[in-house]
Amino acid sequence: MSLVIQGGRVVDPSQKVDGFLDLRVEEGTVVEVGEGLSVPDGAEVYDAGGKVVAPGLIDIHVHLREPGHEYKETVASGTRAAAKGGFTAVACMANTSPVNDCRSVTEHILSEAERHGRARVYPIGAVSLGMEGKSLSNIGDMVAAGAVAISDDGLPVSNAELMRRALLYTQHYDIPVIQHAEDLDLSGGGVMHEGEWSTRLGLPGIPGSAEDVMVARDLLLAADTQGRYHVAHLSTGRSLDLVREAKARGLGVTCEVTPHHLLLTDEEVAKSGFSTDCKMKPPLRSETDRQRLLEGLVDGTIDAIASDHAPHHPDEKDESFSCAPFGIVGLETTLSLCLDRLVRPGILTLSRLIDLLSWGPARALGLPGGTLAVGSLADITLIDLDATLTIDRDTFVSRSRNTPFAGWELQGRAVATFLAGELVS
Amino acid sequence: MNETNWHRKDLLGIAELSAAEIELILDTAESFREVAERPIKKVPTLRGKTVINLFFEASTRTRSSFEIAEKRLSADGLNFSSSSSALVKGESLVDTARNLQAMSPDLIVIRHGHPGVPHRLARLLEAGVINAGDGAHEHPTQALLDAFTIRQHKGQIGGLRVAIIGDIEHSRVVRSNIHLLQKLGASVVVAGPRTMMPVGIEGLGVDVAYSLDEALDGADVVMMLRIQLERQGRPLIPSIKEYFSLFGLTRDRLGLANEDAIVMHPGPMNRGVEIASDVADGPESVILAQVANGVAVRMAILYLLSGVRGAA
Ligand SMILES: [Zn+2]
Repeated sequence: MSLVIQGGRVVDPSQKVDGFLDLRVEEGTVVEVGEGLSVPDGAEVYDAGGKVVAPGLIDIHVHLREPGHEYKETVASGTRAAAKGGFTAVACMANTSPVNDCRSVTEHILSEAERHGRARVYPIGAVSLGMEGKSLSNIGDMVAAGAVAISDDGLPVSNAELMRRALLYTQHYDIPVIQHAEDLDLSGGGVMHEGEWSTRLGLPGIPGSAEDVMVARDLLLAADTQGRYHVAHLSTGRSLDLVREAKARGLGVTCEVTPHHLLLTDEEVAKSGFSTDCKMKPPLRSETDRQRLLEGLVDGTIDAIASDHAPHHPDEKDESFSCAPFGIVGLETTLSLCLDRLVRPGILTLSRLIDLLSWGPARALGLPGGTLAVGSLADITLIDLDATLTIDRDTFVSRSRNTPFAGWELQGRAVATFLAGELVS
Repeated sequence: MNETNWHRKDLLGIAELSAAEIELILDTAESFREVAERPIKKVPTLRGKTVINLFFEASTRTRSSFEIAEKRLSADGLNFSSSSSALVKGESLVDTARNLQAMSPDLIVIRHGHPGVPHRLARLLEAGVINAGDGAHEHPTQALLDAFTIRQHKGQIGGLRVAIIGDIEHSRVVRSNIHLLQKLGASVVVAGPRTMMPVGIEGLGVDVAYSLDEALDGADVVMMLRIQLERQGRPLIPSIKEYFSLFGLTRDRLGLANEDAIVMHPGPMNRGVEIASDVADGPESVILAQVANGVAVRMAILYLLSGVRGAA
């Protein structure tokens, strides 16, 4: 099967390409990129009509909730949400029920993805058995089955010795350890960022240092072990400084940030009247932190934007702020939020944003894709920079609705995604 | 009395009130105060109105004060507390709200351990909602009765220096009082152990002192808060004895405040922990006046929110 995408603006940061080019796909692989490509006999032609042709976007931090919490999300619904949002691949976290700590769970997720998936699914295995923070999970078995990294996300790896062993052992498979960096003693019973707003609202705070001390500890261990370490949903200016410095020293360290930490602050909890859609971990931080994260996007310290898509049922979120679970969905909002609030105001170039959503995350986890180089996967996202949308949670294809961005009017969105050359959304 | 300025369905906090609204409540309370001095302490103002007292957290004092206020206004008060079967653990907030609405109450007085719950119910319910304390967030009726008591003893609030001492981080009384006192022109200093001082409190416009002596210097009003040794298992202070030596209000130290300073406490007091007995029972103490005024202030709030027009 042959496909030619004509008349689009190809933006491929992996090759520093940005120009009006055609792209030819054969058997699910990009085979030619150039001006005025000839169309072979029998080839399908897709007219991109001047829209942006980008490498398929990759979200490396997603909770698909399957197995065990299918009432929140499934592999089928989650990947449908991904495709709608312009993502052709997601990496899914291990805090399912049962935990993805062994080959059979990894295989189950992948077989669901095979049968119902509208995007590629890369399972992330647990660091520890049962995510109990005690002993290493079956890392090699899971990698053999298709796991691409390990993480106890949802919970941090608190035990420093376990983290050290994980950073050593994963080197046999050249995969990173992804840390949800949080010192649980410091975050205590906190439910929002500790600062003037938590004080005004009387809500227990989570200090920025809860993240910083964990990142600092882990970077020391990463230096000692030479392991690959990735900071999930980095949220504070000081953690970012630590990562920047570690990168300068040549450590194998990467990090991601979420759209909500880039666009919202702790004040949102007050402005929304204690909306539980403003409750997540790490919490929405201060304006100073937010500004410093934006600097980290520009200067290249941040490798990827990831949604931390965390679906919860409305009944669970319909609680007091203190009792509601942490987390919000993001697959269907990330791209438009970033286009409208980061690219349109000139904070990021379009090319840098696409880098943060494709090549950057692919490199952080060592995934295929994220590029339109000849010979790579024909996973492609078409983006209309002029199309507008209003975020309406009732139109979500995710099973959950928990977003703080409802009602936001945005410009720019995904209009088509191709998975191995097949139009899937 | 000019109640035409009152437009709110709910009283959720002091933060959102204007100085004029606060003064309206205080002035209205003034006219209810004399009801307590009558031989028959009852007026028919809220006859036929239903008030539900919904206490998810134990509170004998605030609940009794509301109950008396309701009875004196001839309202029909119903009590639901966390120990009663009406508040089943596990029932969602939304379901609780729907069940309450089905009983068509006019007003709901709510105390809850979590900030924001009264606000949530207020959005879900047609009934007016009165926040009787939500976690460490606000306790507006306490701040109003404190202001009423200060006005009674000092004539006015503007220009006064008020020192609030104790566990600032976990106190809803502090937050409501900071908002109220500043709106009416007082200056506020808060003091307490550094482990009980919330981050960013200066952002609320108060001075922060870390010694009792510094806080008392020039104070016209000294408000002491109840101390608990630990909260949720977190270490805050080593011992009650140390607390008393650092921040306990004794007669000697009270001498650092202005000569005619008054001493307040929202109760329940820990004698010998935050306040010495001779101070609690001394001539400067207005602690029992606070309790008495609480009823009048709550009558005023119930009255204003019930939308009733006409004299008490
Ligand atoms: Zn996490």
